[in-house]
Amino acid sequence: MDNAFILSIIAIIGSTLRQATPLIFAALGGVFSERAGVVNIGLEGMLTMGAFFAVYGSFVTKNPWIGVVFAIIAGAATAVIHAFLSIHLKAEQVISGTAINLFASAITSYLLMVLFKRQGQTDGVGTPYYPKDFMGKIPIIGGLLKEINWYVFIAFGLVILANYVLYKTPLGLRIRAVGEHPRAADTLGISVYKIRYFCVILSGALAGLGGASISLSTTNLFREGMVSGRGFIALAAVVFGNWKPAGAMGACLIFAFAEAFQIVAQGFGWTLPTEFYSAIPYVITMIVLAGFVGKTISPAADGVPYEKGEK
Amino acid sequence: MKKILSFVLALTMVMALFVGCGQKTEPTEGNKPAEGQQKEEEKPKIKIGLATDEGGKGDKSFNDAAIAGLEKIQKDYGIEPVILESKQNDQYEPNLKNLAEANDLVFAIGFKMADATKKVAEANPDKKFGIVDEEVKLPNVVSIKFKEHEGSFLVGVVAAKTSKNGKIGFVGGIDSPLIQKFEAGFIAGVKSVNPEAAKDLESRKNVRYAASFSDVNKGYELAKQLYNSGCDVIYHAAGGVGIGVFNAAKEMKKYAIGVDSDQALTVPDAKDVILCSMIKKVDVGTYTVSKDAMDGNFKGGQTLELGLKEDCVGISPTVNPAVSKETLDLANKYRDEIIKGSIKVPSTLDEAKSFQPVELK
Repeated sequence: MDNAFILSIIAIIGSTLRQATPLIFAALGGVFSERAGVVNIGLEGMLTMGAFFAVYGSFVTKNPWIGVVFAIIAGAATAVIHAFLSIHLKAEQVISGTAINLFASAITSYLLMVLFKRQGQTDGVGTPYYPKDFMGKIPIIGGLLKEINWYVFIAFGLVILANYVLYKTPLGLRIRAVGEHPRAADTLGISVYKIRYFCVILSGALAGLGGASISLSTTNLFREGMVSGRGFIALAAVVFGNWKPAGAMGACLIFAFAEAFQIVAQGFGWTLPTEFYSAIPYVITMIVLAGFVGKTISPAADGVPYEKGEK
Repeated sequence: MKKILSFVLALTMVMALFVGCGQKTEPTEGNKPAEGQQKEEEKPKIKIGLATDEGGKGDKSFNDAAIAGLEKIQKDYGIEPVILESKQNDQYEPNLKNLAEANDLVFAIGFKMADATKKVAEANPDKKFGIVDEEVKLPNVVSIKFKEHEGSFLVGVVAAKTSKNGKIGFVGGIDSPLIQKFEAGFIAGVKSVNPEAAKDLESRKNVRYAASFSDVNKGYELAKQLYNSGCDVIYHAAGGVGIGVFNAAKEMKKYAIGVDSDQALTVPDAKDVILCSMIKKVDVGTYTVSKDAMDGNFKGGQTLELGLKEDCVGISPTVNPAVSKETLDLANKYRDEIIKGSIKVPSTLDEAKSFQPVELK
């Protein structure tokens, strides 16, 4: 194997990891929310809010890490709306999520005007410092490490953490119980509302972090429409991943790999319409997942509002 | 009682809307009253209105440029243009309608307003209309289009001359005839200087499309892959995706070429990697059409194709020091030849393939 080949492999892996990261954050959020029984179509909107407020936080405080904190808070705050509508008011969860998506894109373009006095996009801001040169010097894996950023580490760390919380802790058991059979959980003294609120807000915080990984990583500004449907891809990854953190991560990685591959494939010089290449990630993801995942089972009470005292 | 109250409230709100409109136009009116009045007697006074698309005033690009054209008219002819901002698609038609009632010439800025323009122009056959970037075939509408391929040709020359290894890339937004115009012109420009470098563009080996105009991160990934494969200059015609191209260029210490506006000014933190930008002068378009209308030779029903000859496309005023003077001189020579008509710049990919490069020294 020659050097150029290895380098291009590293480039593809790097690109895969970078592109998978925001998806993984949002998908983890989706897993928590849906495991507790609340469908979260609003991931896209929460990503958008996170992306915007990450840039705003970095812009105002000149500290990109505070921008990341802003993003998490903004995502969580948006999720409070979703939680209130779907848990408290028992609204149709798909409608509430859709409303959040519409609301997020409108409010961010309005705030862009008010806070930045700009149309369409903000100016560039500081992004979290990543010691590229230092990482590049690490033997063997240095070539890959310098291609990625902190978010990639955080995302994979969170997958492990989420897996642990959901399957090895009492809290995880409660979350799963609330999503499967809220009445049974309720009779055992678990507060269904509290768990659901917690999970929906957590999903917003995760999606907000995902938003920061879109606007404050390789990119250093917010632009309208920059989230470009990643929230919906993440939502699909939740389903394909069978509502499991590791499964969702796998689905995100497959999609991101296919995306990285199609970018390279555009240069093969096949005379195909570019729309064909754009479709590759979706087609590959579907084929792989349909072939390997098999039947997925959603949490039994997913999307069903819980009515206390109802028979 | 309740009904009356709600009616009064609704009425007040509607009134408030109009008050808003009135105030908005105030600053544009009476900016230069003294100068205006002197020239007033020389020309018959016509009223001009303009409706922006969602970008609105202050977008530093398309709409602002269109308004700048009218501001020049205001200075030269002393008329007071009325400007309405459209915040949503469904405001295009009412805005144009309102403008058409009170004005003689109405501009619709942006291809998205084509349908609305068509409807309003049909309903007001005695009024004149101008639309930018799209064609509306009606006897009272002038369509203002740009020869983006001619401008792209010149930045192609710059790219080919500045590239050290002769590997040049192109990143497009959505693969469509409009963006292919940029691509075709660019290929022809590169081909004229370095036919070898154009081969990978023609075969689309060094061409990437994002299938989006707003996915900044996708632009980064596309450009990074191109730079990794050896390209050292990339021209983008991809809106917000281009920001990602600039970011990749910054990281990899390579060059990129901007589009539409002078992007070294609009994206200041990328100015070191932007060789130059291919700019579209929408202001010249609105100015020309207004001037024609003033002089009584409004070209209704026609489509203006504004290119290098009209000085409506070209290389931005801000040029990176990495571009040598010799390169700019060469680009200017090509510009002169294109204006003379001795080089016909291709506007489709097929034409670009059969384009015979003309070498100038």
